[in-house]
Amino acid sequence: MAQIVLDSVDKVFPGGVTAVDNLSLGINDGEFMVFVGPSGCGKSTALRMIAGLEDISRGAITIGERVVNDLPPKDRDIAMVFQNYALYPHMTVEQNLAFGLQLRKMPKSEIKRRVGEAAKMLGLEQYLGRKPAALSGGQRQRVAMGRAIVREPQAFLMDEPLSNLDAKLRVSMRASLAQLHERLGVTTVYVTHDQIEAMTLGDRVAVLREGKLQQVDTPQNLFDSPVNLFVAGFIGSPAMNFVEAELVREDGPAVAFAGQKLPVPEESITAKEGLDSYFGRRVIVGIRPSDFEDGTLADSGWARMSVTADVTEELGSEINVIFMIDAPPVEHKDTSDLAHDVADEEEAAIPLAGNQSIWTARVNARSRVRPGERINLAVDTRNLHFFDTDSGLAIGHPEAAQVAAAATAEA
Amino acid sequence: MIYKILNALIVVFVGVVGVPVLYFALNALVNRIPGRLRTWLRPYVFVGPALAMVGVFLVYPAVHTVILSFRDRFGQEWVGFSNYVDVATDASMREVVFNNILWIVFVPTLTVAIGLAVAVLADRLKTTAERVVKSVIFLPMAISFVGASTIWLFVYAYRPSGEQIGLLNAVWTLFGGEQQAWTQLSAGNLNDFLLMVIMIWLQAGFAMVLLSAAIKNVPVETLEAARIDGCNEWQIFWQVIVPQVRATILVVLTTVTIFVLKIFDVVYVMTGGNFRTDIVANRFITELLSARNFGAAAVIVVALLMVTVPVMVLNIRRFREEEATR
Repeated sequence: MAQIVLDSVDKVFPGGVTAVDNLSLGINDGEFMVFVGPSGCGKSTALRMIAGLEDISRGAITIGERVVNDLPPKDRDIAMVFQNYALYPHMTVEQNLAFGLQLRKMPKSEIKRRVGEAAKMLGLEQYLGRKPAALSGGQRQRVAMGRAIVREPQAFLMDEPLSNLDAKLRVSMRASLAQLHERLGVTTVYVTHDQIEAMTLGDRVAVLREGKLQQVDTPQNLFDSPVNLFVAGFIGSPAMNFVEAELVREDGPAVAFAGQKLPVPEESITAKEGLDSYFGRRVIVGIRPSDFEDGTLADSGWARMSVTADVTEELGSEINVIFMIDAPPVEHKDTSDLAHDVADEEEAAIPLAGNQSIWTARVNARSRVRPGERINLAVDTRNLHFFDTDSGLAIGHPEAAQVAAAATAEA
Repeated sequence: MIYKILNALIVVFVGVVGVPVLYFALNALVNRIPGRLRTWLRPYVFVGPALAMVGVFLVYPAVHTVILSFRDRFGQEWVGFSNYVDVATDASMREVVFNNILWIVFVPTLTVAIGLAVAVLADRLKTTAERVVKSVIFLPMAISFVGASTIWLFVYAYRPSGEQIGLLNAVWTLFGGEQQAWTQLSAGNLNDFLLMVIMIWLQAGFAMVLLSAAIKNVPVETLEAARIDGCNEWQIFWQVIVPQVRATILVVLTTVTIFVLKIFDVVYVMTGGNFRTDIVANRFITELLSARNFGAAAVIVVALLMVTVPVMVLNIRRFREEEATR
């Protein structure tokens, strides 16, 4: 087991496309690190550079104590799990598992022990004699895992290993993966575009966009204090609601938008450094769907806003209330990238809402809200997020200041 | 010459236009027949012409040949197995068979080896370079055996006196060798191998095209997985790529083997079977046209047929298996 350090790593493909841009990141010994981001953000390229399948254009990658830039993959002591499993079709499950060990001239008895152990751990014992073609998707996935496990490497590298499985299997494999990591404690780098996978599996999650690291932190911290609009919108489902508002001070601090006015707690103003300088100016306000509640069920201290529910999605344990806000959708590079990604991957048509924004509130299942009815929503204003309209950075976020400084240095 | 070109054009025209017209006409004819007879008859109308062609030009001659092999040299009196005994005990026949075995052993394996090597190496070139290289290697496939042999006559050419025009001699003397009468050498079976080069030159392109397609079907991820598992490039080739294209290798091997079993043109054009290069099919022509021994000629053909058919069956079966797993 080992730590992995990426130091100012660039990847420039022939033709000039920069896939990874100045990526610096430390992955601790035994840590489960997830790279997440929309397609084309460079997360797979970064992983493949750690694996040695792609050259490093600039910077250095260290695994354990060794700089591995010039080492071939086989000498990096890592194992990789591929999206389409990449099993050798002409070998049985047992041969697939043993192949990497035989190449390393390991004694037969040791190979047998390790293969047997891995097969038992993954429930593959009765399939050892079969070829991959005779296995189901989930079984192939487990063989791919087993091939990595038997190697007992310094680190596991996983490139979207669950994305070829159906939804139900994905959830159960996700749990087994977490268990496996708990048991083996091997440093793991895991690439996914699925933010739920990222949140559930990662000790820490690195959010990438266009080859640049946006933020790396624990899932909870990413959720609670995203560094910019992009991370805010990417992490969390349903996604955070945004609106451009004016920060005003009347009876107390408040944000005004689309005929609504939400008071902002004094503590927020003091806690978020620099926010007070935005009084009288426009800011982008973000509210998580989970920071809403049905007014009749919520804490009486919360602020209220009255809206008309357009659609209600009853999920059993909660209800998603979708409603319109009479303000244009926030137009910022960060948010348009997100919309683009959604359109790409799910081909979800973005509903035409004219000059209105679509918001989602998550309320208690006991709410009696019905489509087309007015609902008095309570808002936990302590959790409002504030972003600069130009830079898209979270106001008062400690890392945002660094990002801003780096951006000016670059320009 | 004009006459010949016209002839060729007419043949092409009849083939391309005549065949569809024939089928349309037959189909129209069948449509006039009433009721159940029509449904019963229709498949035969379409399969019929092909069956007739195979029957007239393949089955009938084959049967007739088998009959001839049991008759005397003029094809008149029944002589039982005596033709077979004669051919089997003929000492010169032994050399012919041995030459054929040499061909069968070396040509398919070398063809596959070269085809595989080119396919793998070309795969690593840039797209345009790959296309150019493959086209050049594939080009000989478009040349008839006789045409190719004529080309190689010039490569191997040797004149006892006067100006030399042979390409191989030019290269050979460049490196300090003496002028040689290639394909007429006295050393061992070298002449055979010089002729085999022509066949390999012709067939390597075919092997390369099929193998290249198969190699491109090998998932890149399995190669990357092997690289991480600890393979060097050599091990990746032998332990990951080759096993995954095994089926194609076997199909190419058997197909080339069948070509080689029937090889005739190359030897006939280059040496006429002289200089210890004779092979079975050429020996058949000699028996038939020079010696006018119909019985012996028929025996040779029957023997060749009996060797070819199992390979053919094997090939078709393998091809079907491959299609089934697709």
